[in-house]
Amino acid sequence: MYEHLETAENRDNLKRVVVDPVSRVEGHGKVTLLLDADNKVQQARLHIVEFRGFERFIQGRPYWELPVLVQRLCGICPVSHHLAAAKAIDQLVGVDPENLPASADKLRRLLHFGQVLQSHALHFFHLSSPDLLFGFESDIAKRNIIAVLGEYPDIGLQGVKLRKYGQEVIRMISGKRIHGTGAVAGGMNKSLTKAERDYLLEDIDQMITWAAGSVALIKKVHCSNLPYYDDFATLRTNYLGLTKPDGALELYHGGIRAKNDKGEMIMDQVDYCQYNDYIHEEVRSWTYMKFPYLLSLGQEKGWYRVGPLARVNNCDYINTPLAEAARVEFKAHSGEAMVHSTLAFHWTRMVEALHCAESIKGLLNDPDIMGHDLVAQGEKRYEGVGVIEAPRGTLFHHYQVDENDIVTKVNLIVSTTSNNMAMNESVRQVAAEYLSGRELTEPLLNNLEVAIRAYDPCLSCATHAVGKMPLQLELIDAEGKLIDKLVKHSDGQIERDGDF
Amino acid sequence: MSKTITIDGRTIPFEEGQTIMEAATAAGIYIPHLCHHPEYTPHGSCKLCTVKVNGRVCSACTFPAMEGQDVLNDTKELRDDRRKITQMLFVEGNHLCPGCEKSGNCRLQAVAYYLNMLDNHFPHFYAKREIDASHPDVMIDHNRCIFCTLCVRASQQKDGKDVFAISGRGINKHLIVNAQSGLLKDTNLEVADEAAHICPTGAILIKRTGFQVPIGQRIYDHQEIDQVSLETEHPRHDE
Repeated sequence: MYEHLETAENRDNLKRVVVDPVSRVEGHGKVTLLLDADNKVQQARLHIVEFRGFERFIQGRPYWELPVLVQRLCGICPVSHHLAAAKAIDQLVGVDPENLPASADKLRRLLHFGQVLQSHALHFFHLSSPDLLFGFESDIAKRNIIAVLGEYPDIGLQGVKLRKYGQEVIRMISGKRIHGTGAVAGGMNKSLTKAERDYLLEDIDQMITWAAGSVALIKKVHCSNLPYYDDFATLRTNYLGLTKPDGALELYHGGIRAKNDKGEMIMDQVDYCQYNDYIHEEVRSWTYMKFPYLLSLGQEKGWYRVGPLARVNNCDYINTPLAEAARVEFKAHSGEAMVHSTLAFHWTRMVEALHCAESIKGLLNDPDIMGHDLVAQGEKRYEGVGVIEAPRGTLFHHYQVDENDIVTKVNLIVSTTSNNMAMNESVRQVAAEYLSGRELTEPLLNNLEVAIRAYDPCLSCATHAVGKMPLQLELIDAEGKLIDKLVKHSDGQIERDGDF
Repeated sequence: MSKTITIDGRTIPFEEGQTIMEAATAAGIYIPHLCHHPEYTPHGSCKLCTVKVNGRVCSACTFPAMEGQDVLNDTKELRDDRRKITQMLFVEGNHLCPGCEKSGNCRLQAVAYYLNMLDNHFPHFYAKREIDASHPDVMIDHNRCIFCTLCVRASQQKDGKDVFAISGRGINKHLIVNAQSGLLKDTNLEVADEAAHICPTGAILIKRTGFQVPIGQRIYDHQEIDQVSLETEHPRHDE
């Protein structure tokens, strides 16, 4: 593939081109290219330059704060963090998923479907539709949602309203569109009233229609540009995500399934509490984002993709009829067991949005969401793992607490982190195939962003190499002379570099 | 004929022995406060109830009402002063409402909203303060203590215990507990004690109850603190 472009062999005399920031993604990242005299790309990297430190500063807090604290990781998918943490702290009060009261389980699922629907709509319509509708190298002045609303008012407005609906689902359950409360250890703090349920039911059929329309739209865009869409930034990778025990698409709770690029099972229905036995993370010096990989395949071959493409590729079926029909159609278009096109993320994202809208309708018609048995209680435990399929992929939260209920250890593997290797590889592929040797212009550079954008990365969620990033500290006097240099290695060891 | 004072030009009656705060509350006039609680001896430490009595600055919670007083309460100058005091309380501790379980039920937060406090204004101290989670049912988060002494007074005057005290002076002031170890678990505090429930901020918390009250049902979700205060805090002379 294109790993040789991660680090140029000889960096002397190379020209540096920077895309900073990568736009229309969540969070802050940049792409750097090193080019030789003939504009041939010698190095291409996606850097995550934000620093967060959540894993550190939630240590020392009581566990019941976790769902509310960690949702502040993100303003786009706070519900996913909220629920992953809630699933973990359920275990701390001795409640396993099967013992959660039915009403609480269904309310959480409804909340999560609202979350995935609004996040997918936001990404597709607000962030990506300008590229998809106007072209990757179109005029920069057009590449935004305002231009989409101008030229395709119906499509733009549907996007805004789909997102709004998802957020209304969230608000009805958690009190606020963003950063509400809702899930508590062992359950939920409220159910829906009949008035709230009826309010959401009013528009749900319209949402299903629009979601189905967006699937048709992306299918049309994709298929009218074959084979370009099938080749652009495309990688043959492993895929990982949760599925139900029977292999159905699952967003809230299931076992871990991973398949290789041929569609062969690497693992299935693995208990996510044991994730540490299957997934490890590697730290590299030039980015704050870690690189997870499947232990059984090793660092080099074990990296995988997560998110809508992985989930739709991995699952055997979807349990709502319209989304299932859309999935079948999607799979059929490639003729392969697994679809590897990176731009197919958009297609699968809309298949999932449709699944969410259908599932919301199903749950709104279930009387359990108005039930009052909301919290279960069990024996205290000292360790909890919560895993959920966030809009951007599998999200792991892992906590340990002491006898006083205080958090002592935290590990978060955020969805975008799992796509880190793939995003870098896609950037290198686009740089090598589409940019290398050409005079670089802004529209051409947008191709790099299009590749990254397909993954819908949340870069601010994903910066978690705290304490493990190798760091170099240089002390330079007023004349510019280096007077001291300390190097911190990724194992935490600090040493003085040189004779100071 | 009963004795009267005026507050912002409005004549209100008072009874001998009442403070200005008590007379105001009885007459339906809200004076912002944090350390004052009608059931306990006034303390006069938060200074939020600062009013001007015949041109002189006093704490309404400690100053006796007297015939002929002309009290200024709801003036721009006093509102500005109170907002500054609240801002100082915020920057002195570590009050991070987004992750705090007291949010929506917190009197410090509610007063800040009432005073239209839109920023912290002053630089944060980022004081390094500890958590004491040693007690099985009650937790102290020192980050959020504003030294109002309500826990001290409730423990002494209601619970008949002596669990809490304020130690140190000035910037070194801090809440301590009555145990050789310095830990809450070694005191005689019990979860049912009034002192465990009276904290106006999120400094003293009942463990494992955070976020159980949904947004929309919290004390200050639909009412501002002036309404809540006037509805719930009755002056002592009524009892």
